[in-house]
Amino acid sequence: MRSDADVVIARQRGREIASLLGFSASDLALIATAISELARNIVLYAGSGEIEIGHVEQMERRGIEIVARDQGPGIRNIPQAMRDGFSTSGGLGLGLPGVKRLMDEFEIQSRPGRGTTVTVRRWTR
Amino acid sequence: MDVPVLKQGPFLIATIQAALNDADLNKLRRSLVEQVGRHRSRGVIVDVTSLDVLDSFAARTLRDIAHMTGFRGAETVIVGIHPDLAFAMVQLGLTLEGVATALDLEEGLAYLNERTRRLGATRPLPSTRAVAGRPIMAPAPRPGWPLAIARPPLVIPREEPRERRRAKPAPEGADPETRRDLP
Repeated sequence: MRSDADVVIARQRGREIASLLGFSASDLALIATAISELARNIVLYAGSGEIEIGHVEQMERRGIEIVARDQGPGIRNIPQAMRDGFSTSGGLGLGLPGVKRLMDEFEIQSRPGRGTTVTVRRWTR
Repeated sequence: MDVPVLKQGPFLIATIQAALNDADLNKLRRSLVEQVGRHRSRGVIVDVTSLDVLDSFAARTLRDIAHMTGFRGAETVIVGIHPDLAFAMVQLGLTLEGVATALDLEEGLAYLNERTRRLGATRPLPSTRAVAGRPIMAPAPRPGWPLAIARPPLVIPREEPRERRRAKPAPEGADPETRRDLP
């Protein structure tokens, strides 16, 4: 992830992979939207980073896992970043809580000055 | 990737063809705001039928387009938001508050036609045009001419409505209602 063009590539790849995993058209839109938001956060806040998309299996269910990782400034106050309406970039301020609602599972790890890793999963229905 | 913008009478129609990145969206916004002035458009339709994702940045840009063209006197309507995108937008918490939306291009055109009907089809061109019954601006008096002898505005005589003209020579007692249908 380096530029806004990469944001489009990431969400297109995510849609392709999710499609292969058997997600419905409606789920594909949710997953692609979540990737778009996570990827934009990387470009916007960290400048660069990576998005890893893979499939996960757990107790007879299948899903997609997206890991968004950067070595950017990190998030000092995670509970604050997870509140609707909070933003430090003058953007819409609903990136992370919105992504959490789009997916089934959401984990965030961040250390100020070291970077941020967001992991999200969604299971096929 | 450039978004093709079609001029359709007093309206501009921008059809988003595929996945647009943020820079493309910014370019579209600038282009539409500028073209509204160039074509003196009354309305703008942004067709997002083919858009793969409508995320926070795209939603914000669409809102910007609607508000910016609004400042320039043109109304914007967003058409063709796919049901899956509508679902994802609600989950994400996005709104298009203050922005007109319509189901598809046809509904969007109907909406704009309705909204702009009172204003007339197009705006008058900047150059003077002869409009029956309305004075044409008199030319500015030449230097040295006293203002008092400046020419009065030229008025083109207004054409009388056809019915009334035809009704005039009608013999007394004739029913003008039936005469109106004559060729």
